Amino acid sequence: MTIMISHLFLQHYWWIIISLLAGILVFLMFVQGGQSFIFSLPENTLQKTMIVNAMGRKWEFTFTTLVTFGGAFFASFPLFYSTSFGGAYWVWIAILFSFIIQAVAYEFRSKPNNVFGQKTFDIFLFLNGSLGPFLIGVAVATFFTGSAFSLNSMKQVQWGSQWYGLEALLNIRNLALGFAVLFLARINGLLYLVNTINDEVLIGRSRKKLILNSIFFLVSFLFFVVSLLFSTGFAAEAATGTITSEKYKYLHNFIQMPFVLILFLVGVVSVLSGIGISIFRRSVKGIWYTGAGSVLAVFSLFLVAGFNGTSFYPSSSDLQSSLTIRNASSSLFTLNTMMYVSFIIPVVIAYIWYAWNAINNSRITEEEMRSDDHVY
Amino acid sequence: MIENVDLTLVDWSRAQFALTAIYHWLFVPLTLGLSFILAIMETIYVRTGKEEWKRLIRFWMTLFGINFAIGVATGIILEFEFGTNWSNYSWFVGDIFGAPLAVEGILAFFLESTFVAVMFFGWNKVSKKFHLTSTWLVAIGANLSALWILVANAWMQNPVGMTFNPETARNEMVSFWAILFNPVAIEKFLHTISSSFLLASMLVLGISSWFLIRKREEFMAKRSILIAGIFGLLSSLMVAYTGDSSARTISEVQPVKFASMEALAEGKSNAGLVAFGILKDSDKKIGDKTLKDFVFKIEIPGLLSVLTGGTNEAYVPGITDNISGNDTRGIISVTDKIKRGRVARIILMDYKRALSANDSKLLDSIKDIFQSVKFQNNYFRYFGYAYINKPEDVIPPISLAFYSFHLMVILGFLFILIFGMALYFLFKGSLSENKWFLWIALLSIPLPYIASELGWILTEVGRQPWIIQDMMPVSIAVSKISSGSVITTFILFAVLFTALLISEVSIMVRQIKTGPKH
Repeated sequence: MTIMISHLFLQHYWWIIISLLAGILVFLMFVQGGQSFIFSLPENTLQKTMIVNAMGRKWEFTFTTLVTFGGAFFASFPLFYSTSFGGAYWVWIAILFSFIIQAVAYEFRSKPNNVFGQKTFDIFLFLNGSLGPFLIGVAVATFFTGSAFSLNSMKQVQWGSQWYGLEALLNIRNLALGFAVLFLARINGLLYLVNTINDEVLIGRSRKKLILNSIFFLVSFLFFVVSLLFSTGFAAEAATGTITSEKYKYLHNFIQMPFVLILFLVGVVSVLSGIGISIFRRSVKGIWYTGAGSVLAVFSLFLVAGFNGTSFYPSSSDLQSSLTIRNASSSLFTLNTMMYVSFIIPVVIAYIWYAWNAINNSRITEEEMRSDDHVY
Repeated sequence: MIENVDLTLVDWSRAQFALTAIYHWLFVPLTLGLSFILAIMETIYVRTGKEEWKRLIRFWMTLFGINFAIGVATGIILEFEFGTNWSNYSWFVGDIFGAPLAVEGILAFFLESTFVAVMFFGWNKVSKKFHLTSTWLVAIGANLSALWILVANAWMQNPVGMTFNPETARNEMVSFWAILFNPVAIEKFLHTISSSFLLASMLVLGISSWFLIRKREEFMAKRSILIAGIFGLLSSLMVAYTGDSSARTISEVQPVKFASMEALAEGKSNAGLVAFGILKDSDKKIGDKTLKDFVFKIEIPGLLSVLTGGTNEAYVPGITDNISGNDTRGIISVTDKIKRGRVARIILMDYKRALSANDSKLLDSIKDIFQSVKFQNNYFRYFGYAYINKPEDVIPPISLAFYSFHLMVILGFLFILIFGMALYFLFKGSLSENKWFLWIALLSIPLPYIASELGWILTEVGRQPWIIQDMMPVSIAVSKISSGSVITTFILFAVLFTALLISEVSIMVRQIKTGPKH
């Protein structure tokens, strides 16, 4: 294999792939958002069944995207994988735990003799729907706020807190992003229900819930973004790789990368448009605006975290242990090989689109819930 | 470095990974095998148009769905546990090991998860042919995912296609194809998927036999037995063939594991193959480790030499040869390997010191050493031995390796017999009359699960103390977190997985008793 592409280009290429996967993951967490309404949205059992089945037909996409996100991170930036997972142990274990109980809950909840009863599995869905997006948001926020860790000469991580990652919950900025991701997932969940379910009562209740959730989202998201713009960031010198603190680093990144700023603004406006047309014009297409907006906003936030000589996983206790896309990446050979594998991603997106449309070509009805024999 | 290792942490981390892997492997083989059985059945349905086939497929598909979800749930933990519990490993070899996991996600998981939704929910939404294609794609996707994770595991057994970079302190990939076509990977993949096909076939055969015992669903039961019988017989023959070639490869790349699974204390020519035996402690010791001898054994003379070396004159090295060395046979002692590994480690530490001191002249000279083939082949390939205290520490638990291997092999031959008999009685038209056989088929359902788990115990325990053969012991690979954290998560996972298993089995039994819906 002839290698002609530079290592630096591939490090940026793979950070773009990771950022894109992160954006798609946050959009697909509409499944979790929908699950978080399992007790508060439906008025009766049939409505609950419709909500569960609307989400249940898509849970595997979210799950697979999460697994691929992890795998791609491992392959392209293994030092992040070993540092964050091996140090912030409890945060990642809690996230994983919430996803284990989700996977089985759909298939088991309505099956006879499931031992623990439907209520237990519905609680599992609620827990995954609430904790999953929140904790992922908190974990991602540490990309900007930093964590207490150090690496020795063999790159072995030493975590600075006996809470192994749970200390991130004490940082208000981390909490803000956690809540922003949670409420964005809930908004997307509501809008997906509006788009997919053929039940006027349920759609009406979803629109009502949308208002309050949008307010919560805006408050937490704006708090995070404003604090981000005014916060001190972590810059890496191109020549030496030395990490230094830089005031307004993320604001500088937006200004110095105007294309990323435009993407971010388009994303935010798109999310707001989706919410707006759903509330004020009673549109059922809001999910496509908020979905696309979620992907763009998260994608651009990740670019701000990793591009323009920025440490994407800063250490608050040992600045020089901070991770950048240059010092944390795989070798040139591996990134290059993986780049060829990544060329298949458009094909994957194409067949997902085709199969998605094939299943969603008609809206979910009460009649279908009563007659279909594969109902969750 | 090893003196700082918390052995409690290492043991609990191993226990947690073993727990997750064992539970995961209770569900995955059925998914791998049943997906192909469903695809074959649906092909017949589409070709014949007979609605009885559709009813039959939907019954087996319900069982598939219940099993699929829990397999997915336990699988995600395994992937992330490489990071959470084996972070040093993740950095040391992440450049190589991460790639198959990423490829698995991109190429296999999306294929499987996209079309499994069509398979479950698309009966009334897509055409028959699209549905059939989706079912085949689920089967292919599931088995492709097995390929990539097995490529990753095979690399841990036989690391190939990489070089060590002292600057980054890790191994880096130099040949993707060498990793993909690693002989251990090819054999492991074929052996694993064929054993999974066998397991699924036995489940279908056993459940169908139960219906015949109860005189219910005769059409469904006999059609299912026909497909499971043929698929199972072919798979079990494939398992025997690939098992034989796997063992031969192990004898070449993991000789201590091979000698342990044969409980071969001393090497010899004209070595016999032990079909089965009972072990006892031997009088011989290596350091503080007692070797094993046989209370009794059934042995086929000369066959082990023939299978490994092609002739009964071939010499099969025993545990003693591999540990103490055998100059005549060109086998280096572990003591010598430890010395060479320590030399490699000292040079690496010199490099790190030169890096800190910014001594470019010294850095260049050490880089040259690392790039020399002589250093790579004679010293760095034994890098992991630098962390071994005593030569006998590289001997895996002999009894566990021996019994796991031999029980698995015995069960493998039993499966060929069971599938052969099922087809014989079916074609003779006397299956329903031979209730004793139907009971045997029903009671045999757990046996492939046991055999499959034994295979993994042999693979993973037999590799100890290594996480990567000869390069990294498990004690060095572990994440530096508190053992209390790992003990807590072990208990949490154990309780959750056990609860989910109980629920799953209960649901499956109920669905089987209910039978296909009308």
